[in-house]
Amino acid sequence: MGASMSETSAKTILYRVRRYDPARGAAPVWQDFSIPRVAGMTVLDGLWTIKETQDPSLAWRSSCRMGVCGSCGMLINGKPRLGCNTQVSELGADVVAVAPLPNFDIIRDLVPDLAPMFDSHVALKPYVIRDDADEQEHPTGEFGQSAHELEQYLQFSYCIKCGCCMAACPTYATDPVYSGPMPLAQAHRYNTDTRDGGFKARKVVLGGERGPWRCHFAGECSRVCPKGVDPAKAIQLMKRELVLDYLRLRKGHVPAPAVPKPKEIKRRPDIPDAPARTA
Amino acid sequence: MMRDQKLWTWHVAAGLVILVLLGLHMVVMHLDSIVKVPSLNPAGDEPIDWKNVTARGRMVFFAVTYVLLLGAALFHGLYGLRNILFELNPGPSVKKALSALVVIVGLGLFVLGSWAAVASFNLARSL
Repeated sequence: MGASMSETSAKTILYRVRRYDPARGAAPVWQDFSIPRVAGMTVLDGLWTIKETQDPSLAWRSSCRMGVCGSCGMLINGKPRLGCNTQVSELGADVVAVAPLPNFDIIRDLVPDLAPMFDSHVALKPYVIRDDADEQEHPTGEFGQSAHELEQYLQFSYCIKCGCCMAACPTYATDPVYSGPMPLAQAHRYNTDTRDGGFKARKVVLGGERGPWRCHFAGECSRVCPKGVDPAKAIQLMKRELVLDYLRLRKGHVPAPAVPKPKEIKRRPDIPDAPARTA
Repeated sequence: MMRDQKLWTWHVAAGLVILVLLGLHMVVMHLDSIVKVPSLNPAGDEPIDWKNVTARGRMVFFAVTYVLLLGAALFHGLYGLRNILFELNPGPSVKKALSALVVIVGLGLFVLGSWAAVASFNLARSL
């Protein structure tokens, strides 16, 4: 692998890009582009070079360029990855094959239609749900949570919704009813959050055929996650929670109460006031 | 209660029952030289000796475990089969028909198997 890299590192790199234009209505085709290899270039950098120097019609989705926004998920040399987070050199190949994330319809070129993923995500209510809506709207303090309680869901909160796990999931590939690893992991993230009281509300979906039951624990979702999240683990933990819930053995939690603001502490004089709250 | 949550829980429970009963089967039939339980092989020697088979066949405990293992294995297996078939993405009406078919086949085999267990129990007691 090292020899191959050194042979090609000085000159050019071949990009093989999956193209699809719905206006033409034809099936997707591969198109080759040869571009200069630059030290430290990412796959996304290469796509920008192609767009700026060879084909301005090439379409993909990207934004932050630092692995945070989750926009540039794409199939790179057969593996779902973030274009911005993947250096060409780390691929160890002379050809960079880039295709849209599988398991989604293609809008154009490298742009997948992620709407079904987000529909499933929304259906599982990925936010803190509480009975005290007034406290949420007009908070009197922060909801108390220990460091240990935070650790129970912290890794799952690193998810950036890039869709790589969905593209790698063999069940989601064949079963349109299955919610998929990202929405399920996020449902588990909020079910585990001690500030949340929405388990019952999410169970309406989780307990049915859109829940975690079809997961075969292939583990590909966790293998490809660019943020190191382990959705497969979340899904297995969720299964356990739901089984215990059916057996009435689940240890639920009362949503953490708001901790009153401390009264004895004086503000440091050198800290300016916050801007006035807008309506 | 959501249906899949309920079915999955019973699926897991049936798996545990199978695990325990197959463990018992191993103890009785294959590990008899290691795990000595004289009441399960009262005639001594080989577990498949006719005397041992009829002796166990007269025990209510074994008649009950046969029926329990039958029920657990049928539920566990047929639910798994139903899941596999559902992953072929049939339409809602086909799903309903498959579920009904699985229930009918399962109940039919359970009745037949239970009858066989009870019949062998009665036969053993009559010997």
